[in-house]
Amino acid sequence: MLDIRNLHVAIGDKPILKGIDLQVKPGEVHAIMGPNGSGKSTLAQVLAGREGYHITAGEIRYEQQDLLKLAPEIRAREGLFLAFQYPVEIPGVTNIYLLKAALNARRKHLGLPELDAIDFLQLVKDKLKLVNMDEAFLYRPVNEGFSGGEKKRNEILQMILLEPKLALLDETDSGLDIDALKTVSEGVNTMRDPARSILLITHYQRLLDYIKPDVVHVLAQGKIIHSGGPDLARTLEDRGYGWLDTDQEVAV
Amino acid sequence: MNTANREIDTLINRDYAYGFESDIESDIAPKGLSEDIIRFISAKKQEPDFLLEWRLKAYKHWLTMDVPTWSSVHYPPIDFQDIIYYSAPKPRGDGPKSLDDIDPELLRTYDRLGIPLKEQELLAGVAVDAVFDSVSVATTFRKRLAQEGIIFCSFSEAARTHPNLVRQYMGSVVSYMDNFYATLNSAVFSDGTFCYIPPGVKCPMELSTYFRINAKNSGQFERTLIIADKGARVSYLEGCTAPMRDENQLHAAVVELIALDDAEIKYSTVQNWYPGDKNGQGGIFNFVTKRGDCRGARSKISWTQVETGSAITWKYPSVILRGEQSTGEFYSVALTNHFQQADTGTKMIHIGRDTHSTIVSKGISAGHGHNAYRGLVKVLKGAQGARNFSQCDSLLLGHECAAHTFPYIEVKNPTAQIEHEATTSRIGDDQLFYCMQRGLSAEDAVSMIVNGFCREVFKKLPMEFAVEAQKLLGVSLEGSIG
Ligand SMILES: Nc1ncnc2c1ncn2[C@@H]1O[C@H](COP(=O)(O)OP(=O)(O)OP(=O)(O)O)[C@@H](O)[C@H]1O
Ligand SMILES: [Mg+2]
Repeated sequence: MLDIRNLHVAIGDKPILKGIDLQVKPGEVHAIMGPNGSGKSTLAQVLAGREGYHITAGEIRYEQQDLLKLAPEIRAREGLFLAFQYPVEIPGVTNIYLLKAALNARRKHLGLPELDAIDFLQLVKDKLKLVNMDEAFLYRPVNEGFSGGEKKRNEILQMILLEPKLALLDETDSGLDIDALKTVSEGVNTMRDPARSILLITHYQRLLDYIKPDVVHVLAQGKIIHSGGPDLARTLEDRGYGWLDTDQEVAV
Repeated sequence: MNTANREIDTLINRDYAYGFESDIESDIAPKGLSEDIIRFISAKKQEPDFLLEWRLKAYKHWLTMDVPTWSSVHYPPIDFQDIIYYSAPKPRGDGPKSLDDIDPELLRTYDRLGIPLKEQELLAGVAVDAVFDSVSVATTFRKRLAQEGIIFCSFSEAARTHPNLVRQYMGSVVSYMDNFYATLNSAVFSDGTFCYIPPGVKCPMELSTYFRINAKNSGQFERTLIIADKGARVSYLEGCTAPMRDENQLHAAVVELIALDDAEIKYSTVQNWYPGDKNGQGGIFNFVTKRGDCRGARSKISWTQVETGSAITWKYPSVILRGEQSTGEFYSVALTNHFQQADTGTKMIHIGRDTHSTIVSKGISAGHGHNAYRGLVKVLKGAQGARNFSQCDSLLLGHECAAHTFPYIEVKNPTAQIEHEATTSRIGDDQLFYCMQRGLSAEDAVSMIVNGFCREVFKKLPMEFAVEAQKLLGVSLEGSIG
């Protein structure tokens, strides 16, 4: 599904990612943890195709394609989805309009017929229930005036609707109350599928109690310094990142 | 340049789709302005004497006036002796009796503009008074309107057939001395639209005029006069296009609206005149005086405008809130790109008690476009309980454009409540990337965001116009109007 080799990324002259290797197979859920500023969001943005990052070395393959050659909207239509750490507000554009435009862009790309307003509304109403959102959110401007938790839930709504092949969730659990965390996790769990991969960026063990990852990675100072099974997250919760030596060889 | 900016560039560099020229035999006056020319125009139109006298008074006054320099727009001096003040398509025989008598080339022109008159005659809903250069050539739906006692015809015709109404109301909102361009118009206006809705009548269809400037070097000076008598209601649509030319053309119109007790007038404009080319060459100079008078109690006048064309737009549709509890509204979208300049806004003059006004202005600047909002809210001493809400938002696309806001507020009555909000934003890379990450192309994302920005104003437009306005901004709005 996703194969990252020796990825080096700089912002301006400043190196941020310094040799990332990461392989994600179909059906797998990977968690990426690590201190603030270590480069987790940078990795997610680079995967999604955000401009302003210099790829100084390395390559990324996504579904046998050279990901870095694809425009961001093509990556999206090819099934790569990023739930943003800070979803942006778009005044005046209703949520439902963006959702429909997004879904139809993907369907068109896949050679499927575009959904009309009625079919779309039915579909989106079903998905709303999964994330426990009120229908009123559909008619509000995208993320405008949404609370932190509502924004995150809205990201999950988009994900469930778009049915991506590879979902990147950047701290979707931050800012959620306990019930919302549960709802969001259930939403993500309904998406688990042998053909779909999920990359969870998180600071907290709690999320991983709900969504059990296959592999946990620790990203620090632009490198993956440690990878392990689901238990690694608990160890990190107890002991922090200090015991990991940055220069240590990656142990799986 | 990043992808997003490139896409914005393609979007704003689209060609002007209405830049063809029609080859029609015209009846043209020699260039220049003089008393003789004014007499010539008046005679051509077989006007009553009072009108000729009025024109001449305006002309004498105009000679004493200076070109205004207070707005933020810049343009080379206009040579008023280098303009043709009268140009009319030559009628076949005695003038058109039905659409069949009209020069087929003219009908084709309208067809290309998307207003097939023949079809419009069949389609219920819109009555079109088409102004081609100076003469109103076709008026449809007259019969249906006449049944209701509504008068809807060209200005010249009204001057002949309803001289008393014209005499009573013409110049009563915009005096012939009002301002440089309005005074010029008063002297030389060639034609325009007249509309009278009798007491208690709700006009059964949207009325519409399509203006088109065709003849070379011709200025266009129409006058529109709309009167809604007590309890009457009317919605009026104005749309404009002009051919592509290297030289600039002048357009100086006057629109007067009068609403008596409990009457309501809604006036919508989609202005899409040739804006000049990418380097700022050519285009229409659009200096227009539009003013409504809420003369009666509880009357309402509402201006909605979408301004995407013209090299220079200078326009302040205003409302005089004279009647008690009368309401004035102004909803505007002004888009400038390349080297276009727009200085537009409104004036709300509160005179009567408990008068309300609302101003919503959305300015979009792209390329090297300059967009200024200039608004005046004035509350006079007697306007007890007057209220105004103003909101002026600017959206910038790219980094070489500019937006300015000049709100002027003068309050002479302490009970007045005035609220003003203003924002300036740039389409953010964040917003574009967010949309693209959801699978939208950058172009669709820009369109979507621009439309979202204009949504409040588009909602005020009649359906057909809303569709046209969206198309003009090069976008699809499907579904986003909630
Ligand atoms: N536009 C930028 N210019 C300069 N430095 C930047 C820019 N964007 C990010 N950085 C830096 O890159 C580093 C990695 O940032 P990133 O957002 O990827 O961290 P993160 O691991 O997601 O952190 P957090 O856990 O706080 O979300 C940080 O030091 C940050 O300051
Ligand atoms: Mg981050």
